[in-house]
Amino acid sequence: MTTQIPVAEELFTWPSDSPQLIGTRFPESGVTTFPQSKSCPKSGSENGERVLLPRIGTLWSWTVQGFLPKSPPYAGKETAKTFKPYGVGYIQLGNEVIVESRLTTAEASELKIGMDMELVIIPYSTDDDGNELITYAFAPVKK
Amino acid sequence: MAEDVAIIGIGMHPFGRHENTGMEMGAYAARAAMKDAGCDWSDVNYAFGGSASAGNADSMVSTLGLTGLPFINVANGCATGGSALISAYNAINAGAADVCMAIGFDKHEKGAFAPDPASHGVGQWYGDTGLMLTTQFFGMKIQRYMHQFGISESTLAKVAVKNFHNGSLNENAWRRQPLTEEEVLNSLMLSNPLTQYMFCSPGEGAVALVLARGDIAKKFQTKPVYLRSAVLRSRPFGSFEVFNSWLSPDRGDSPSVGAAAAAFKMAGMGPSDMDIVQVQDTESGAEIMHMAECGFCEDGEQEDLIQSGATNLDGRLPINTDGGCLANGEPIGASGLRQVYESALQLRGDAGTHQVKKPIKTAFTHVYGAPGISACTVLSN
Repeated sequence: MTTQIPVAEELFTWPSDSPQLIGTRFPESGVTTFPQSKSCPKSGSENGERVLLPRIGTLWSWTVQGFLPKSPPYAGKETAKTFKPYGVGYIQLGNEVIVESRLTTAEASELKIGMDMELVIIPYSTDDDGNELITYAFAPVKK
Repeated sequence: MAEDVAIIGIGMHPFGRHENTGMEMGAYAARAAMKDAGCDWSDVNYAFGGSASAGNADSMVSTLGLTGLPFINVANGCATGGSALISAYNAINAGAADVCMAIGFDKHEKGAFAPDPASHGVGQWYGDTGLMLTTQFFGMKIQRYMHQFGISESTLAKVAVKNFHNGSLNENAWRRQPLTEEEVLNSLMLSNPLTQYMFCSPGEGAVALVLARGDIAKKFQTKPVYLRSAVLRSRPFGSFEVFNSWLSPDRGDSPSVGAAAAAFKMAGMGPSDMDIVQVQDTESGAEIMHMAECGFCEDGEQEDLIQSGATNLDGRLPINTDGGCLANGEPIGASGLRQVYESALQLRGDAGTHQVKKPIKTAFTHVYGAPGISACTVLSN
């Protein structure tokens, strides 16, 4: 049986039926970072609190990765022939933070700034033992 | 007001792809700049230089001569050349040197940069999952800007058409083939809304400048150009930069806004006083946004300015007169100094086939790059 391995610890809650991104909130400045951060880039404060971020937000901007990224750093195993473009965007989660993410669609016609998006978990590669490597992504909310 | 600092010599190794090493191109540019200034290496009493991928600038002393001069290596990403220039400017103003060299050179592999997450303070996960590409950032910054301020895809393409046209007239440029708007729009979509021909490529080349105290400049050069200001800024909170896994909803200015404003203030001039402008055009959207960030127009006014040809060589405000990064490519260490080289050439009236026809008395340059830095200068006769 294949195991699903998150790309990094403490990036999102896992395993979970409704996973959430994990950030740090700095009460003094009101700044929320993603992922977690030891210090606040606005105030320099080190008094942050671990916080789970909203699962739903709106698309703030987007693009489509149209060519195979160089490896390293990219860990996907596609070749130039098998590569399929993937969407990338920033999703605004309330007034808390805008997070960067892969998107589940690469179709320009399906993406509009301001549309509702929700968090999902997707595979991005496999390791040498055949385990599935997973990360977070945002998908258009189905109407 | 600071003392006058003059640019008395300019030298460039053509940009593009070459057999020789980055360091050899640097030495070539240094010799050309000294020849232009009518000075010898032994006249240079301070030097600053750098490259991102082509070695330590100071090892060039074994080629140019072991005179014992202080030579400081500069490493500041896309602002490496600008930072070398600012250091030279400050050294002269501080009285540490009379004649100073600023030099930048580079030689990069083909294709998009493949940066290392750790050296950018970003988690490995970010690179693993395919988010660590500068091209994505550029696509998303201009995507949102177009949405907010009504910039069309045609305007994006026209910036590239203009810069490749200017490059076709410039013998030192790399890409010398003019392109039509259709060719730009129909080229490969790399990162929406940006196509292949809207992006500059990492490249190769070198630029050296010899600077001197203003009061001795004419001993060397009959047509000195004066550096009225040279300013560097890092990013303020809330700016939108490359390799950021999150942004604050509390949006702030780009570092270019602060750098340009400070450069104008130091020079005692404003954007409307500038005859020509060089701004960072890593891709065509960047040129559009930098026009506003540097104070040359309001957000959204670029649409009419570019569609009407105001930024062409024969327009009201020519921008990227040598073809910019799009036509010259981007050897990181040399790129900012290329803009100053071009400005000096135009101010002296020596730009030949790409000389702007109207009289040029003032010029502005702007570089911008990772991880959110900008360097600006104001120059005049």
